[in-house]
Amino acid sequence: MRLKRITSAVAVSLVAASLAGCGSNDDSSGSGSGSAEDVTLTYWASNQGTSLANDEEVLKPQLDAFTAQTGIKVDVEVVPWSDLLNRILAATASGEGPDVLNIGNTWSASLQATGALTPFDDATMAQIGGADRFLAGSLAATGAEGQPPTAVPLYSLAYGLYYNKKMFAEAGITEPPSSWEELVEDGKKLTTPDHWGMSIEGGSVSENIHNVFVFSEQQGGSFFDDGGKPTFDTPENVAGIKQYLDLVQEDKITNPSNAEYANGTEALADFASGKSAMVMWQAAAGSLDQLGMDAADIGVAPIPAPTGAEDVASIVAGINLAVFDSTDHKQQALDFVKFMTSTPTQISLNKTYGSLPAVQEAYTDPAFQTEAVETFKGILDDKAVPMPAVAEESQFETLVGTAVKNMLAQAASGTVVTEQAISEQLDAAQQQLGG
Amino acid sequence: MITANPAPEAGTEARTGSTPVRAPRRRKKRQLLPYLLLLPVVVAELLIHIVPMFIGVGMSFLGLTQFFIRNWTKAPGAGLDNYRFVLQFDEASGKALLHSFWTTIQFTVIVLALSWALAMAAAVWTQHAFRGRGLVRTIFLIPYALPVFASVITWSFMLQRDNGMVNHVLVDQLHLTDERPFWLIGDHSFWALIVVEVWRLWPFAFLALTAGMSSIPAEQYEAAAIDGAGVLRSVRFVTLPNLRSVNQVLLLVLFLWTFNEFTVPYTFFGKSAPEQADLISMHIYQNSFVTWNFGTGSAMSVLLLLFLLAVTAVYLLLTRKKDVDA
Repeated sequence: MRLKRITSAVAVSLVAASLAGCGSNDDSSGSGSGSAEDVTLTYWASNQGTSLANDEEVLKPQLDAFTAQTGIKVDVEVVPWSDLLNRILAATASGEGPDVLNIGNTWSASLQATGALTPFDDATMAQIGGADRFLAGSLAATGAEGQPPTAVPLYSLAYGLYYNKKMFAEAGITEPPSSWEELVEDGKKLTTPDHWGMSIEGGSVSENIHNVFVFSEQQGGSFFDDGGKPTFDTPENVAGIKQYLDLVQEDKITNPSNAEYANGTEALADFASGKSAMVMWQAAAGSLDQLGMDAADIGVAPIPAPTGAEDVASIVAGINLAVFDSTDHKQQALDFVKFMTSTPTQISLNKTYGSLPAVQEAYTDPAFQTEAVETFKGILDDKAVPMPAVAEESQFETLVGTAVKNMLAQAASGTVVTEQAISEQLDAAQQQLGG
Repeated sequence: MITANPAPEAGTEARTGSTPVRAPRRRKKRQLLPYLLLLPVVVAELLIHIVPMFIGVGMSFLGLTQFFIRNWTKAPGAGLDNYRFVLQFDEASGKALLHSFWTTIQFTVIVLALSWALAMAAAVWTQHAFRGRGLVRTIFLIPYALPVFASVITWSFMLQRDNGMVNHVLVDQLHLTDERPFWLIGDHSFWALIVVEVWRLWPFAFLALTAGMSSIPAEQYEAAAIDGAGVLRSVRFVTLPNLRSVNQVLLLVLFLWTFNEFTVPYTFFGKSAPEQADLISMHIYQNSFVTWNFGTGSAMSVLLLLFLLAVTAVYLLLTRKKDVDA
């Protein structure tokens, strides 16, 4: 008898426990209902500085200013990039997440599809100062077309071609390359026993996919059609990937060893230490300074397209700011978004991080009137394309990026990857997308 | 879970065996106590192992993508679609899974054989006391004591093509080859991963075998020596038969660990492993977490679980039979 009672008690408590685990997002996050004074927002910041501690240092004065203005406290946690997406997914599944968070802007459409982030419809947008304030290109990369965005741009970034002015001068080259053919030609001149023409982060899935996406856009290719259906295996996409692989296998201006560079810093380190003369990178002035490269040697130009191709130089890169939809403090969260995208905050943070402000007004600051910033702003305004705004974006990045990584490994070990082989790999990647 | 089973069973058998003799009248009351004592374990086991396992199995029948992770109950039922998708061996995804499965089997067999042989040799060497034995044993155990992340990252630095120590020794100092080989990508990556895994794993086998050997009575070796047996013969006729039960458990545990190994390849290669070293756990990770397709990831996990259960069951059945014979 007693045993029976105990088992039923256990069963009841188990059910209760699992129910509590599933559905409660209304009590535990935040401090419940109270006046604005005792609200504490949880903010997940992405790693923009040189370390997580550095980020906290950079953000602290801004957050203190926000608290002084509004009385709302902000509890910041800097999440490393390797964990951020998994943490967001876990928070989405459980409903227990931060109030405000950073996302990589290429995840925008995928995260929008989960429904976990608050949509910025016109009314919400008006609350944070209106959509017109933002750079149009960056705002375009905040979600699928035709739906209200679920994030706003915070830090804008673009790819540029960094080149070593000193090495260029020594090789008798006066101007950065204006076409891809010229780049390859310069690269050949700059490939000597001491250094290589170009370094790439060839083992990194994300760098690979960003590069080949730009090259395929130059060729007029597309990985998804207008209806959002995948179209991986097209002659244009094959040509784009071939252009990238040829750096190693045909032009031989990139060290084959670059195929194993996977931690996201090695290609840039090679450039900074003079082992390569060019590198395609997102705003890197801060990192190059840290790596000890002389600022006078650093030049930036748009990544050139092949002659006659579309003049695309970069993806629209950057970090977006989003509000978690299950927050108990939506109003305060929006106040915080407004503060983070306000002109003074934008100037201060982007100056420190070496990224570009996401709002037009901030560019009046002298800090953003340098040659490098103007180059990047020019790229973002005219020559940057957003990554596909489809829900399968993350899968696409992983599948194609991994395929490129494997093909690059093959090219590096001396086997030439033919157009036929690229086409087969793309076909296989697309098949894995379904399911 | 599977490996932990035999011990508690043996314990309960002993206990229930003694209670009825002592108090046959109050049997009912007395019998309750053991269950009460077991209750916390049962609850914990349910929460930590059984329930998530069933949730995982349940997920494999859902079309669970990023559209539905916020509210699982809305995910459409997929029936057997996930399994059908995973098992299409004439399509790219099925081929990739099959390839990964074979890679993992080869990897497991080679790692198991090397680790066990190395551990056995080392354990026999340090079985009888000699000066400095403690030191040698400690050195052998170092790889097991180091944090996985730190040691595996160090390996990946050593195996870099341009700046790695391995190529420096092979190419610059010994002049074995002119071309610097790649270790982290391409065909060699499979063998590089095996070396690292064996290095990580064999100290555990060494520890288990050393513990097993310490319980072999010295008289047996003396008797063997009197009969004129050398080292090899005494290993074969004294050591190995005495270690049978240790080996039975050890090989099973090593098999399960190696087959499921995730930390080492993930640290070694990063998010995506080269094709040649695409172990099954990495493959499943890529198919669920990285591509946000939790349904197919779960289906693969369930198939993997079934496979490992089958292997374990057959293995235990075969080895148990031998025990009865002996």
